Amino acid sequence: MTDAAELRRRTQELLAAFPPSGTDRLDFLRARFDAGLAWVHYPEGLGGLAAPRALQAVVDAELEAAGAPGNDPRRIGIGLGMAAPTILQYGTDEQKRRLLRPLWTGEEVWCQLFSEPGAGSDLAALGTRAVRDGEDWVVSGQKVWTSSAHLARWAILIARTDPDVPKHRGITYFVCDMTDPGVEVRPLRQITGEAEFNEVFLTDVRIPDSRRLGAVGDGWRVAQTTLNNERVAIGGTPVPREGGMIGKVAATWRERPGLRTHDTHQRLLGLWVEAEVARLTGVRLRQQLAAGQPGPEGAGMKLTFARLNQEISGLEVELLGEEGLLYDDWTMRRPELVDFTGRDAGYRYLRSKGNSIEGGTSEVLLNIVAERVLGLPAEPRTDKDVAWKDLAR
Amino acid sequence: MSDRPEPALLHSEDEEALRAAVRDLLTDHCDPAGVIARSESAAVHDVPLWKTLSEAMGLAGLLVPEALGGQGASHREAAVVLEELGRAVAPVPYLTSAVVATEALLACGTDDLLGDLASATTVAALAVGLHVAPGGAFASVRCEEGTLHGELTGIADASAADVLLVPADDGALYAVRAADATVVPQVSLDATRPVARVTLDGAPGRRLGDAAPAVRRALRAGAGLLASEQLGLADWLLTETVRHLKERRQFNRQLGGFQALKHRLARLWLEVAGLRAAARNAADALATGADTDVAVAVAQAHAAQVAVHAAEEALQLHGGIGMTWEHPVHLYLKRAKADSIAYGTAGSHRTSLAALVDLPAP
Repeated sequence: MTDAAELRRRTQELLAAFPPSGTDRLDFLRARFDAGLAWVHYPEGLGGLAAPRALQAVVDAELEAAGAPGNDPRRIGIGLGMAAPTILQYGTDEQKRRLLRPLWTGEEVWCQLFSEPGAGSDLAALGTRAVRDGEDWVVSGQKVWTSSAHLARWAILIARTDPDVPKHRGITYFVCDMTDPGVEVRPLRQITGEAEFNEVFLTDVRIPDSRRLGAVGDGWRVAQTTLNNERVAIGGTPVPREGGMIGKVAATWRERPGLRTHDTHQRLLGLWVEAEVARLTGVRLRQQLAAGQPGPEGAGMKLTFARLNQEISGLEVELLGEEGLLYDDWTMRRPELVDFTGRDAGYRYLRSKGNSIEGGTSEVLLNIVAERVLGLPAEPRTDKDVAWKDLAR
Repeated sequence: MSDRPEPALLHSEDEEALRAAVRDLLTDHCDPAGVIARSESAAVHDVPLWKTLSEAMGLAGLLVPEALGGQGASHREAAVVLEELGRAVAPVPYLTSAVVATEALLACGTDDLLGDLASATTVAALAVGLHVAPGGAFASVRCEEGTLHGELTGIADASAADVLLVPADDGALYAVRAADATVVPQVSLDATRPVARVTLDGAPGRRLGDAAPAVRRALRAGAGLLASEQLGLADWLLTETVRHLKERRQFNRQLGGFQALKHRLARLWLEVAGLRAAARNAADALATGADTDVAVAVAQAHAAQVAVHAAEEALQLHGGIGMTWEHPVHLYLKRAKADSIAYGTAGSHRTSLAALVDLPAP
């Protein structure tokens, strides 16, 4: 059993062998991975020590105190949060050995090729085709809302391998090399003026069968691992009081008395209370997780934050009066990181409109809460026993 | 802005055991039909239930130190009791006597009355209108040559009280025997926590201490723990409405399968989850004494909206049956609406927050 003391000892050994001040950043991250201190709950040989996940905090604290470089998890969130757990659960030994180390160090960035223009909330209706040709699959189709596609070396991809069976059964999960011929990435400009995301066009891309994750036709089940981990990642970090969007408008309120009106005061106080209650709900959720009693509140947190972000930023634009008529910059840019609370109030207002769409629309999430938490009847389904090729579109 | 160490927002095993014991008792002895019948009788308060809760289970003394004859527990445990009493809309003077009057007495120092309240031989009521917020202005009676004169209205559970804690114009809080006062019930929106008019005409009073700090402390605890009662109301309403919509069939379908209704219930569930965190936070803050004013104001600025919304949704989604005197949803609606005024409206608590968190009015 690897306990906290053992992890501290191993961390100090790593620091002694690779002093952060005199070691190249990537060399240090590789050495940390090889020492099993990258994600301690992963298996030995794959960056971990099969230790309890909660003990990662012990390693992180020791490394932070020593000034060691990190792997900049925000930049590689899709790899860490979605691709890695899926590869760990469904990958072959060869795939795990090849892919996980550069994924964790950030040497190889990952993106996710799931959504399509014709398959958003109804993801399982996706139409990107993969046709078997010898040892390869030949893939053609269009994916959309792909962040990091222009930076990525790899993609997790789901594609239709059997159009003659109902939609959930004919999907297969692949790892796609984004440098292969036939992969074309175009920026997708949003209402904010910038392009965080991309459209990805796949034209006769050849993916070797050795890069399939899970069985042929089992891709929907494999994708659930990916999507469940996405939901765990959302709302999982502690937030201080006035963290997030409410802190911005509260600061403006304090600094600029001339903007205050009775109406905006009442609305600000109402939203401040709602933001604090949402924060406390998140605190309670994390305490449930830590106590080994994961609550269903996680499904609801995203709904609440989407609504609050939109209402708070909307109030802020209005509070600014004449200044609210302005926008900082419409120039087309490609930001590497997305910060919902970044830039000015107008940007925050426009960007937060996506919060109730991305990662599951609020309408779909309300169905999930109603069905999985409250046990209410599922939506009537007319698509379950119909071959994908016969679905209305 | 000072943040206290992370509050403990889960219920402990002991707290869950306490909940189970109170729920068992209420399931057996406080059914909705009985509460409805009692609300129209002469004996509005359920004295046998109160005796069991306070004497047999010792719950009236949770906030009283052991040295003074109490249980030496905390607001966290009292909050659990109130969650369950809220779920049953139980007509017992727990919040008014075991929390609010008890806190007023604790603020005045040690007094024999505390032991009497804890041991359930006495029920007390703070003679301050139920609508008054912590720190808000409250009415007082005249103190003339050692006796008290005047009239106070909106006094919750006064008709169940043996002793009234009365603020007087000399700035002191007095203990007055109910037998020496005239207590006339007012026809109340919430008949399960009725308010009354208290008239004193030369009643003798025993000076307990300064009224202002005692009233302030009592109302703050009342407001903070009221959120747990409101959580209990909302939780019962949501649970019952979900159950009803799974059972009720119209248009050859379960009503709960219609998306318009599913989404309303899912939103309500989110609101209740938020209230659970806010109410627990207020109870924990009252118990630890850290960040208490903000935690109580946040809980009360939020709780009424959730409890009232839950009751209004429950009524609407029960259809015609929800509008009948026979179905208990009206008990919850009336309690939730009265609670939205009790110990200060959401608006008055938001105004308090403006000063507490430095978001000043224009």
